[in-house]
Amino acid sequence: MKKLINDPADVVSDALRGMALAHPELRVDHENRVVFRGDAPVRGKVGIVSGGGSGHEPMHGGFVGRGMLDAACAGEVFTSPVPDQMQAATAGVDGGAGVLHIVKNYTGDIMNFEMAAELVAAESGIEVATVVVDDDVAVTDSLYTAGRRGVGTTVLLEKIVGAAAEEGRPLAEVADLAKRVDDAGRSMGMALTSCTVPAAGTPTFELADDEMEIGIGIHGEPGRRRVEVAPAREVAEMLLEPILSDRSFTDGVICFVNGMGGTPLIELYVVYAEVAAILERSGIGVARSLVGPYMTSLEMAGCSVTLLQADDELLRLWDAPVVTPGLRWGA
Amino acid sequence: MGGLSVAVGVDDLTAWLRRFAAVVHERRDELTALDAAIGDADHGSNLDRGMAAVVAVLDDAPPADVAGLLKKTGATLVSKVGGASGPLYGTLFLRMAGAAGDGDLDDAAVARALRAGLDGVVARGKAEPGDKTMVDALGPACDALDAAVEAGEPLSGALAAAAEAAAEGRDATVPMVARKGRASYLGERSAGHADPGATSVTLLVEAAAATLGRS
Repeated sequence: MKKLINDPADVVSDALRGMALAHPELRVDHENRVVFRGDAPVRGKVGIVSGGGSGHEPMHGGFVGRGMLDAACAGEVFTSPVPDQMQAATAGVDGGAGVLHIVKNYTGDIMNFEMAAELVAAESGIEVATVVVDDDVAVTDSLYTAGRRGVGTTVLLEKIVGAAAEEGRPLAEVADLAKRVDDAGRSMGMALTSCTVPAAGTPTFELADDEMEIGIGIHGEPGRRRVEVAPAREVAEMLLEPILSDRSFTDGVICFVNGMGGTPLIELYVVYAEVAAILERSGIGVARSLVGPYMTSLEMAGCSVTLLQADDELLRLWDAPVVTPGLRWGA
Repeated sequence: MGGLSVAVGVDDLTAWLRRFAAVVHERRDELTALDAAIGDADHGSNLDRGMAAVVAVLDDAPPADVAGLLKKTGATLVSKVGGASGPLYGTLFLRMAGAAGDGDLDDAAVARALRAGLDGVVARGKAEPGDKTMVDALGPACDALDAAVEAGEPLSGALAAAAEAAAEGRDATVPMVARKGRASYLGERSAGHADPGATSVTLLVEAAAATLGRS
């Protein structure tokens, strides 16, 4: 394993130290490993809290700031944070209007956020609502599984819902909007190489030079199938086909091509060109796009595609100003 | 069983937890490798971090009674582990604490506490037998423990039977297709590997068999 780290056990705390120094507009609670907006809590505004395992940077800490998240809890690498962190984040962002927890659908994240919400309810009067993001079409959604994973839609949802909270909308409305965005988003990912979790020290899975893994998540967990490496044109088809057959999309989508951490932007644009061409042939107009590494899986090479069916309201919220280390416009 | 019952006190539980921590530390890479096959490669390191924190509590400020010790263990695991194992192992010990009552545990109370822990894990994780989770090892262990204690077996023998049942349950998870947790995202591809949670909870019951009911 070759990594720019000091000690595998210190990766998360060392990174948070760097983040605090690089972004003095944020406030980092090192003991609880929570990244706060510098001016949190904002009086009268619904607090937006997310979090999850580390290793997905800029998600989630990099999305803290005006117009997006009020706080993000950083777990160990690929391990959900603990309830203490979420309690601290919730208390730290409550401006009297309640707090929304944005949770990606992984058993650990669900259980820890659930315990945190139970503890908050028992120990304080803060009203907490929860939205679970589950947009990954690589995973069968059934009553008998944990359901779909939460992947790329999370980035778009945090932006859109963050903007709605910034407008001063009440918690119930913000929570409803969050569910609407989750319902409107679908994603699918692929990997060319594995990542290496620092604590494990070896690649999570082995892929031959001529193989790629289709239907991966964001934790180096194996995907649905392994196929021969193909040109970007065919990869774009393999990713879009299950998305388009799962939900119907019409004009006005937000199209997000996400890098997994190890793929250069030039390749992501190659993929985006192919994705855009397929959408055009399918009569689906792209209203907004986002291309780049926003929800990574350490140094894994690969990408994911997310389509979000937008409408005028969602587009307006998407365009609203955002000031965070990872996403910044209109300000 | 009457006079045969051996009281399990704070010292016994401390020995159990220390042994479990040592075994988890020793086999941490093996647990992580199992998790890498079907999950996200962190089970060994997470549980090791949690049990190291529990050992630190045992070294620095061990609670003086059985229920307090179990409760502190559960709370420490919830606070330190994260992932799915934090809430699940944490709930296991918190529910054991709730069932323990005041004072030391006799054989039947040990079985009752472990059963309460299992019920907590089922409630928290919403997993059923056959889902390829820790329930598939812990469930058979509780059944075997109940049966042996009821038959009047001494605790050490009853826990040995429970450990054997847990190991069989763990082995039975190999061909299963996961329906809960991160492995469930793999569908059929999750078959062929033992479940990491079933494996670690078997170590927990084996550590109990090696330490409890022997004084």
